[in-house]
Amino acid sequence: MSTPDSCDRRVFQAEDRATRAVRGFTLLGAIFVLVCAILAFGATRVSGVAGLLAGLLAAGAGGLAGASLLIALAVRFREPLGRLLARVAFPIFMVAVVATVFFAWVPALLYEEVDRLAGSVSTASGEPRQMPLGVAEIRSYLLGSCGVGSAWVATLVASLLWLLQFGLVRDLITVTGIVVFVSLVAMFGIWWERKVAGRIQSRLGPMRVGGWHGWAQSLADGLKLLQKEDIFLSGADRPLFYLAPYVAFVPALSLFSVLPFSAAWVCRDLEIGLIFILALLALGVLGVLLAGWSSNNKWSLLGSMREACQMISYEIPLGFSLLVPVMSVGSLRLTTLGEVQANGFTSWVAFASPFTLAAAVIFFIGTLASCKRAPFDLPEAESELVAGYHTEYSGFRWALFFFAEYAEMFAVGALATILFFGAWYSPLPAAWGAAWERGPIWQRALHGILFSGPLWLIGKSLFFVYLQMWLRWTLPRVRLDQVMFACVQVLLPLALMVLAGNSFWQLWVLPQSGLARLANLVCAVLGALVLVAMLAIIVYARVNRRRLVGSLVVEHLPGA
Amino acid sequence: MQERVYHSYPDLLLDAEGEDLADLRTEEMLINMGPQHPSTHGVLRLVLRTDGELVLEAVPHIGYLHRCAEKIGENLAPYQFIPITDRLDYLAAMNNNYAFSMAVEQLCGIEVPERGRYVRVIMSELNRIASHLVSFGSYALDLGAFTPFLYGFREREYILDLFESACGARLTYSYITIGGPALDLPEGFLENLQQFLDYFEPKIDEYNQLLSYNHIFVRRTAGVGVISPEDAIAWGLTGPCLRGSGVRWDLRKCMPYDIYDRFEFEIPVGVPGGSDGIPRAVVVGDSWCRYFVRIAEMKQSARILRQCLEQIPDGPVRAKVPRVLKLPSKEVYFEAENPRGQLGFLVVGDGSPIPRRVKIRGPSFCNLSIASQICRNVLVADIAAIIGSIDVVMGEVDR
Repeated sequence: MSTPDSCDRRVFQAEDRATRAVRGFTLLGAIFVLVCAILAFGATRVSGVAGLLAGLLAAGAGGLAGASLLIALAVRFREPLGRLLARVAFPIFMVAVVATVFFAWVPALLYEEVDRLAGSVSTASGEPRQMPLGVAEIRSYLLGSCGVGSAWVATLVASLLWLLQFGLVRDLITVTGIVVFVSLVAMFGIWWERKVAGRIQSRLGPMRVGGWHGWAQSLADGLKLLQKEDIFLSGADRPLFYLAPYVAFVPALSLFSVLPFSAAWVCRDLEIGLIFILALLALGVLGVLLAGWSSNNKWSLLGSMREACQMISYEIPLGFSLLVPVMSVGSLRLTTLGEVQANGFTSWVAFASPFTLAAAVIFFIGTLASCKRAPFDLPEAESELVAGYHTEYSGFRWALFFFAEYAEMFAVGALATILFFGAWYSPLPAAWGAAWERGPIWQRALHGILFSGPLWLIGKSLFFVYLQMWLRWTLPRVRLDQVMFACVQVLLPLALMVLAGNSFWQLWVLPQSGLARLANLVCAVLGALVLVAMLAIIVYARVNRRRLVGSLVVEHLPGA
Repeated sequence: MQERVYHSYPDLLLDAEGEDLADLRTEEMLINMGPQHPSTHGVLRLVLRTDGELVLEAVPHIGYLHRCAEKIGENLAPYQFIPITDRLDYLAAMNNNYAFSMAVEQLCGIEVPERGRYVRVIMSELNRIASHLVSFGSYALDLGAFTPFLYGFREREYILDLFESACGARLTYSYITIGGPALDLPEGFLENLQQFLDYFEPKIDEYNQLLSYNHIFVRRTAGVGVISPEDAIAWGLTGPCLRGSGVRWDLRKCMPYDIYDRFEFEIPVGVPGGSDGIPRAVVVGDSWCRYFVRIAEMKQSARILRQCLEQIPDGPVRAKVPRVLKLPSKEVYFEAENPRGQLGFLVVGDGSPIPRRVKIRGPSFCNLSIASQICRNVLVADIAAIIGSIDVVMGEVDR
């Protein structure tokens, strides 16, 4: 009975490996400390460039020594550390999420400050000054007019501010923010979808990983997928097979570069932002097509052909429905399209006339099809085509398709919000908060939360993402010919009619006339009623959930 | 002239003069659907000849789950064969046990006590509900609706709990054997059953709201895979597939066995759309009818169960059966109404304890035979809808 089984042996070996790692890293740290000491000693003796070099090297060695010792400590105390991490990881994660949301605010404030600085410096010297300013100029400004006491703090801040003058640096920061944001959106979306599905199906959804409601499930899945074997099929077209996930993912990511999160919160505010987004949405289909073709699998091929024909058909009503707000507002620039809806619920484009409301509905249906969401999820129809175009993908390449899908879901939700549903403005009239916009920082923050700001856009977009999930877990899938029928014979004529109707509306109905006001009021009340009805359903279901689900379910599923 | 294969799309590839536009014909593709495929319910393999999304022909290939059940039956005593019958239609093991036990009892002339008969009917009707729940759920899954699948399995779980309390097993019960059920019902079983029925019957209406009358679902299934009543009879279909075509035939009613003549229930059949809340697009014998017959049968089973609860007497459940059962030299063919159709057992005895021949008529096998007939000139998505509506269990097809 004393022979250890294979499991014990594995644990034993792992212990052994950990001890060796601790010893190795400690030794490495000691060596680096030694090297650092020698170099530092040398640096004090030698002057000039050689001394500087030695000092730099000593600093490097010191850093490496610290890192090695830290690793050794981490391995040595990995168990209490793991316990601690399990406890604090969720707050850290949430802080990271919030920090990402606020990420672009900080640079935006800094950019503003730098630009103001540049202006003040040039006016102070009395002659026109070209950007960029030198570090010395900024430093002297900081020391002079800003009253920064310490000289080296001024140097540090000045060199950082100096960097921020350059567009490339700003873009790099923004792009990092976008990538992090998209990853978070995708991970959150996947976790949320599973929770929503679970609740709809009287299950709990993920509950284990991370403690609180399985919040780390997507993280764990991502790590698992990273470790998985990258299977390549011998019959597949190698370059295309490897390329396809990126071709699907990059357009979905690039969408966010022109998507305004608020008027000041946009990476590139293009004149033709809307057309750019439409083009990128259409480009995503290329990745799916490549994946299906290069997999050399008949099911994948069928899936990608479905995607192609579905996408190309639904582009047309989608485009027409987008033309309606463009026609009403008179711009293709997304920030302009958003800014006209600043004045509360009734100013939202969707409620301007019956035609814009219809266009909003058509747009939503079109985006369901273009994001391959149920009931239009034919390209990946599990029960018909195994998994459609990504049948043959595994590991992280497979995950990239999912990242692309969830990023696109959020992007089209945001697009619907910007074009039709009040963009980054709250339903409250802007006049109520006008005084706070120019007030001290806390008033401005409150204004950002209550009246306009990225939080509103993200919240409203997530609502549309939720609508997509709700539909997915309720409806069966339609057939290909029905998808085509719905597009060509129903949606397309409807979109054309809406477009024509909106044209006449724009021509004949004056913006402040009685008819326009009446239509606006009726549509707004209709929208408000739908919202209230949704809320009422939620409250009703929440209150009566035990009765609705049936007596036996509650007894068997304590958490349901 | 090439063979014209577009029966239901005759004008598709003909020009105004009726000439075949061979240039427009695209290349045909053979696709292997199964034996590993999410919507073939096990190990059915269909070879599809497709032209794009159009399936010109679907040829079923079977035999991946063949386990020589009949041969095993000729080498074991009937008692020992009971666990093998569990594995025929593994979603309705109680009904399989029941049918085989009835066949052997008829061969040997064994009389089962009253309470035992009621217990058997309770078990088989409960299992009918469980089996139809799986069928309902997986059919929704075939059509892309995930949630009904979970609902179906949630309700089935309570039935399995009941079975587990009675016999300890949740899938292969071997509970009903020759001479009656192996054990009497445990304490509280009938109360739990009553509670389950109270819970379950409103759920059926919920299913109808969620799935049966859903517009997309009706559009996907109505008019798809239509089997005429003549065809259904000619191909030997039984069970919901036959009744979906409008043929009012149910062994429990038409040739009542055991105590089924004591219960009041109806035989649900497929009816044309437009009447009685049935969607307009429905045609008798289509996939929707076959699906809906199952839903309606669950209601009828619940009705039978309620009557059982009222009528069940006290007393012994098992007949006195010798441990070694000598089978007389004659043969018996017995068919019972299983969830998927009529399951028949032919048992031939020769005076020894081991039968000379055991022949099994699996309803899934006969129902599947029509698949290649109706999976012609349909879309790929319809294959899942048709195969799902026939509702085969491969364990019974291959045996």
